[in-house]
Amino acid sequence: MVRSSREAILAWVRANLPPAEAPPPDAESPGGPPGLLVQRFESALEALGGRSWRVTSAGEAAAKIAEIHPAARIIASAAPEVPGTLRVERDVDPHGLAGVEVGVVRARFGVAETGAVWVTQEDLVVNALAFLPQHLVVLLDPAELVRDMHEAYLRARPGDTPYGCFLAGPSATGDIEGVIIHGAQGPRTLDVLLLAPGGRADDGRR
Amino acid sequence: MRRAPVVRPAARAAEFIAQDAIHEPAHDARLWDLRVRRDAAARGVHEWERLRDLASKIREHTLGRLDAYLEEFEHNAERKGIRVHWARDAGEHNRIVFDIFRARGVTEVVKSKSMLQEECGMTPFLEERGIRVTETDLGERIQQLDGQPPGHIVMPAIHKTRADIARLFAREIGSDAGNDDPRYLTESMRRSLRERFLAAGACMTGANFAVAGTGAFVVCTNEGNADLGASLPPLHVASIGIEKIVPRTEHLGVLVRLLSRSALGSPITRYTSHFAGPRRGGEMHVVLVDNGRSRLLGREEFRRSLKCIRCGACMNTCPVFRHSGGLAYGSIYSGPIGAILGPAMDERKFRELPFHSTLCGSCTQVCPVKVDISDQILAWRRVLSAGAQTPLLRRQAVRTAGRILGSPKILRAVTKAGRRLLAGAPRILAGSRLLSPWTQHRDLPPAPRRSFREWYLDERKGRGTKQP
Repeated sequence: MVRSSREAILAWVRANLPPAEAPPPDAESPGGPPGLLVQRFESALEALGGRSWRVTSAGEAAAKIAEIHPAARIIASAAPEVPGTLRVERDVDPHGLAGVEVGVVRARFGVAETGAVWVTQEDLVVNALAFLPQHLVVLLDPAELVRDMHEAYLRARPGDTPYGCFLAGPSATGDIEGVIIHGAQGPRTLDVLLLAPGGRADDGRR
Repeated sequence: MRRAPVVRPAARAAEFIAQDAIHEPAHDARLWDLRVRRDAAARGVHEWERLRDLASKIREHTLGRLDAYLEEFEHNAERKGIRVHWARDAGEHNRIVFDIFRARGVTEVVKSKSMLQEECGMTPFLEERGIRVTETDLGERIQQLDGQPPGHIVMPAIHKTRADIARLFAREIGSDAGNDDPRYLTESMRRSLRERFLAAGACMTGANFAVAGTGAFVVCTNEGNADLGASLPPLHVASIGIEKIVPRTEHLGVLVRLLSRSALGSPITRYTSHFAGPRRGGEMHVVLVDNGRSRLLGREEFRRSLKCIRCGACMNTCPVFRHSGGLAYGSIYSGPIGAILGPAMDERKFRELPFHSTLCGSCTQVCPVKVDISDQILAWRRVLSAGAQTPLLRRQAVRTAGRILGSPKILRAVTKAGRRLLAGAPRILAGSRLLSPWTQHRDLPPAPRRSFREWYLDERKGRGTKQP
């Protein structure tokens, strides 16, 4: 009888299994240093080359995007608050975003420890929106911040969506002599606009 | 099958050092800088040691139930529409990947960095069969264009200077040979790769972790190249070593917090991406690869090397690696982790790697998942010395050393004679390329006039203290 590779590998693994160690204890969030989550988020993001801005209304967000990217002709948006010049629709061929200068998306939440934001396929509509445009703008509710990656994974539930990503800063490389250059393959810049949905004011206290 | 020649890391390292006065010091300085950044990042997390301990326990627990977790991963991934394949070895992996592409008429593939695909020799296999494979990580692309394997698992081209890369790009992608600004070089490659991304019929990635409980797999990059590739063509094939499994999503928190801090000193990679099913209208395949891992699992002394999460911290801290360059190891996995994974994969070809170490133990200290790397290097020396694989000269030298060190009387006589010999002809031993290529660039320090023991006895006499 010919054994399938699946059966063969599982049989080899079983034959060689080391003694089973007890399951590890759950990692609890250690809490982290005191201070406003927003400030920790902002400084972590900046350390990775991203920028953050506090805005109070959808109009202010659009104005900020225009200020950061004055020459942008095509702004593709999947965020409800920002119309952009191109609304990202479900059936768009991702290759069609190749000429987009600025992509805009609303993230689900951010992580103070790392400066990362969590975005999923549902938020991006077309996943390439976060990678193919020359620049990326992310809207984030400053009330939606968790302390660290332990809390982040409890909240993100990455098995529930076909694609989810913690984005932290613009695309970067240090592959030539360790010199950090932004815009390796993905977006050259990442700007996070801290804006509550509906534009309510928020100081980020939890 | 033809046997591969034994890799001589010391001789290859000597060539790296001898090429000029630029490459080796620059390599050393860059990697040490990463080590310093890693230390600062670790200090910034007050529960760092607890995280390492937890990470180690997660990995050990997983290895103890690997069969069950693999089946759980397969079950959950397939429920989400991912097609799961199993490959016993490199050859089967490559055939599975090729068959997927051939059946769909794919001839252009973009790939992100995967040590496993390197290990399988996948790219040459596919290219011989008419499929063009493009590396999209900048460092890996540099190495591909130069016809070299990666020199470091995280920074594949870190042994090259900007001048090397400017020359290479001028030749291969038509950039300005006189411009070696890293910004210009990176931009040139960005433009060149964009065309490949947009033309690709499929994307390939590896995986940093695969979660049994959900069937999702995780890919970490700083360039976003894996995500860009995965978001364009409708077909995504991921190669995953069977040891990459973690039981549950919450375990990712521990491992992700350690990975990039250990690798580069940053709190997270800029893209930590989770794939759990094909895009609308797309296809996703996972190839689970054994290629010697199940055998290694059964070797009590060496199985803990399967805990490795490929951060590269052991390389950055290793004094031997920093001076040798990664290519000296002649192995996909270089540095301290390569010194234990190499002989596990090919005991004959890589039998010299465990001897390319000072056993200083720094690798073990920085490893985020507490692999006892230096102990395993020593254990490999024992295994390899017991076989008939050790060169005669070293066998004799070690035997003689054992005799000398085992007898205080002989040791005293030999050190006395040795001091005289060294004072007379200091470069005979150190400078010989034949006896020791590794030390040919260094001088021995001048021999002291008397031994510590002689000094100690004289001191005692002088002070009139009693002999114990």
